[in-house]
Amino acid sequence: MYSFEPNEEQQMLIDAVGKYAENDLRPAAHDAEESRELPKKLVSKGWELGLLQASIPESYGGFGDRSAVTGALAVEEMAFGDLAGALAVMTPSLFATPILLGGTEEQKQEYLPKIIEGNWSPYTAALIEYSFDFDANALKTTAKLNGNDYILNGEKVFVPYAKDAEAMIVYADLDGVTQGFIVTKNSAGLQISEEREKLMGLNALPMYRVKLENVTASRLGGASGHNFELLLASMRIASASAAVGVAKASFEYAKQYAKERDAFGVKIAQKQAIAFFLAEMATEIEAMRLLVWEAAWKLDNQKEDASNTAYLAYTGAADMALMVTDRGVQILGGHGYIREHPVELFLRNGRGFAMLVGLAIV
Amino acid sequence: MSIEFETPKPIAQMQTMLQSVAENMMRTASREFDENEHAIPWNYVEFMHTAMRAMGGGGGLAPAEEKPKEGAEKRPPIGYQKLAAQIEMLSWGDVGFYLITPGGGLGAAAVQSAGSAEQKAKFLARFNEEKPTYAAMCMTEPGAGSDTSAIRTRAVLDEATKEWIINGEKIFVTGGDKSFTEYEKLGKGFIVVWASIDPTAGRSGMRAFVVESGTKGVTIAKLEHKLGIRASDTAAISLVDVRVPYENVLGSPTVEKNTTGFKGAMATFDATRPLVAASGIGVARAALEFLKEKLTENGVEIRYGLPRNKLTSIEREVIDMEIQLRSAWLMVLKAVWMADNKKPNALESSMCKVKAGDVTTRITQKAVEIMGPLGYSREFLFEKWFRDAKITDIYEGTGQINRLVVARQILGYTGAELR
Repeated sequence: MYSFEPNEEQQMLIDAVGKYAENDLRPAAHDAEESRELPKKLVSKGWELGLLQASIPESYGGFGDRSAVTGALAVEEMAFGDLAGALAVMTPSLFATPILLGGTEEQKQEYLPKIIEGNWSPYTAALIEYSFDFDANALKTTAKLNGNDYILNGEKVFVPYAKDAEAMIVYADLDGVTQGFIVTKNSAGLQISEEREKLMGLNALPMYRVKLENVTASRLGGASGHNFELLLASMRIASASAAVGVAKASFEYAKQYAKERDAFGVKIAQKQAIAFFLAEMATEIEAMRLLVWEAAWKLDNQKEDASNTAYLAYTGAADMALMVTDRGVQILGGHGYIREHPVELFLRNGRGFAMLVGLAIV
Repeated sequence: MSIEFETPKPIAQMQTMLQSVAENMMRTASREFDENEHAIPWNYVEFMHTAMRAMGGGGGLAPAEEKPKEGAEKRPPIGYQKLAAQIEMLSWGDVGFYLITPGGGLGAAAVQSAGSAEQKAKFLARFNEEKPTYAAMCMTEPGAGSDTSAIRTRAVLDEATKEWIINGEKIFVTGGDKSFTEYEKLGKGFIVVWASIDPTAGRSGMRAFVVESGTKGVTIAKLEHKLGIRASDTAAISLVDVRVPYENVLGSPTVEKNTTGFKGAMATFDATRPLVAASGIGVARAALEFLKEKLTENGVEIRYGLPRNKLTSIEREVIDMEIQLRSAWLMVLKAVWMADNKKPNALESSMCKVKAGDVTTRITQKAVEIMGPLGYSREFLFEKWFRDAKITDIYEGTGQINRLVVARQILGYTGAELR
């Protein structure tokens, strides 16, 4: 069967997240970016929507089952509000979802209940490295087996909430394969930068550099490890959904502006140059949304080419987001360049997707 | 309901069957019928007609009404989805051949969407009879392409005989020759002619008339020589004092304020645009698959999964082609899924046509570029797919007209507000 309609439960979730994105995240986005700070209340309100909680089975304290499709729907809605706020709300998933998908029974029991039963608390993950040819499948951070544990060495960047994190998953190369390792707070050899990362966008999200010098860690999934391909696909789907959400934000804003702005006696949206821009933006957003959905559906249904479709969706959505958010600024002209309008922020955030993998997971 | 992408079994089975038709009957003759423009591949025509009749398709490619077995669980309809998949696969074989698949085509679609029950019974039964039979739609005129309000063809009612008298000139009639000219091997077809019954009423005065094959006053003025889709005949038709029975008008014979005559044509387009998109996607898939095959033969491997900046230029192109092709196909599927579920899909129909037009043009052109001399040579089909695919972005509304339709929909503008 083909079907393009979220089920009732998903629709309720979309509505709830959509409301939060529109009424809470979006109004806070500008000031959060400028002041480099997200109000705590804003993040905890997002946490209380229960996205992560709903993706974890009852036996670990949650109340649902994980579905990449549901995740993709939620991430798009959330990112539509504000990408930095969305990523902040979902940061604990960076730790919890890999544990759920790849952890041993002990690891699940140890971490999942305490993460999801309480308030939003900083659990995170470190994937990205500061290198132009960064590739999640060819990491420079290394892991070496040492008895029952592993020794990690290397440097990670753009790690959300690293400073306060109770624990984080650090991805490292183990004999040519990427694996996740659980690193707990205050581990010997773990150094977290004092200064926060300074990036083109996402300034409201506190991100840090993490240095690992002979840090002892346990492997996700124990001695036999886990399937990183599955995690990477889940990250790519999340990034792609976020790209769709940011693009939609820019499109909607520019569309509204174009319907209100007068030029030459008509609204600028009545000019084909602008109207065609908008038509193409809408078309490309829809195209990538459907590809993301298909990738997520394949992942949920363990289709052989799920991973490849996730790669295609991620790659395509990154391009699309840049095209759309650029046009969003272009449609507003000079006004689009001024930080009072959000389209320039959407553009700055939109540019990030080519390397954003690892900052969200469904 | 939930979000699902599992190909329904009946569609998967049909695809397997048609793929074999495509490989054995279409690809093998593609070049021959490209080089002999207007020749008719009778093998294909007769085989398809027999096969479709045997499957109880009701004659030609049309969304099949499902007849659920007694006691069986009622399944959601998939007629349009199946049709889109059929067209995609046949076009993967050869889009020129697909276009001459026997059946009612756009002519029958007009009867289907604007005709009365009696008219449907009268005009549509023929497609399921022994000989392959065609019908065509005559909309475009030398001075009226996408701007259908500029149509000059007139239909005047002769009160004395209760006949319509039609005068005008039509061009770009796909399948016009097979629908109108009487061939030994073909059944009696018809053309559907769009004409104004009241030029002061603009689009509201537009009506479609069924003109039977062989009707006096109708002349096939010429068959066009085209860039591609050369197996498909494109006719210019002149109509001089053509007399048509009163009951052959589709929709109301008088002009009222909120008349639905022209909307009938537009509804036809909502239904057919995704199908044209599907056809283009079939051509593009053919080009992309063959490109990948040739690249593999030449030792070029596509390394999926790598970050963009580690890929070669060819790898980037191929990966981008796959992204665009797959997403365009999903847009088609959504549009036809909506049609099957009776959801209004004017936006999605035009949107998938925009996307498919862009994507198929780009993919087939890039395939020629990447293959270099092998792409330009007529030894392979790359150059033919390039020529064939371009029509996707033109007929059933050019990419630009469809952008306009999409823009009006998303902005909530009327035709007057966004010209």
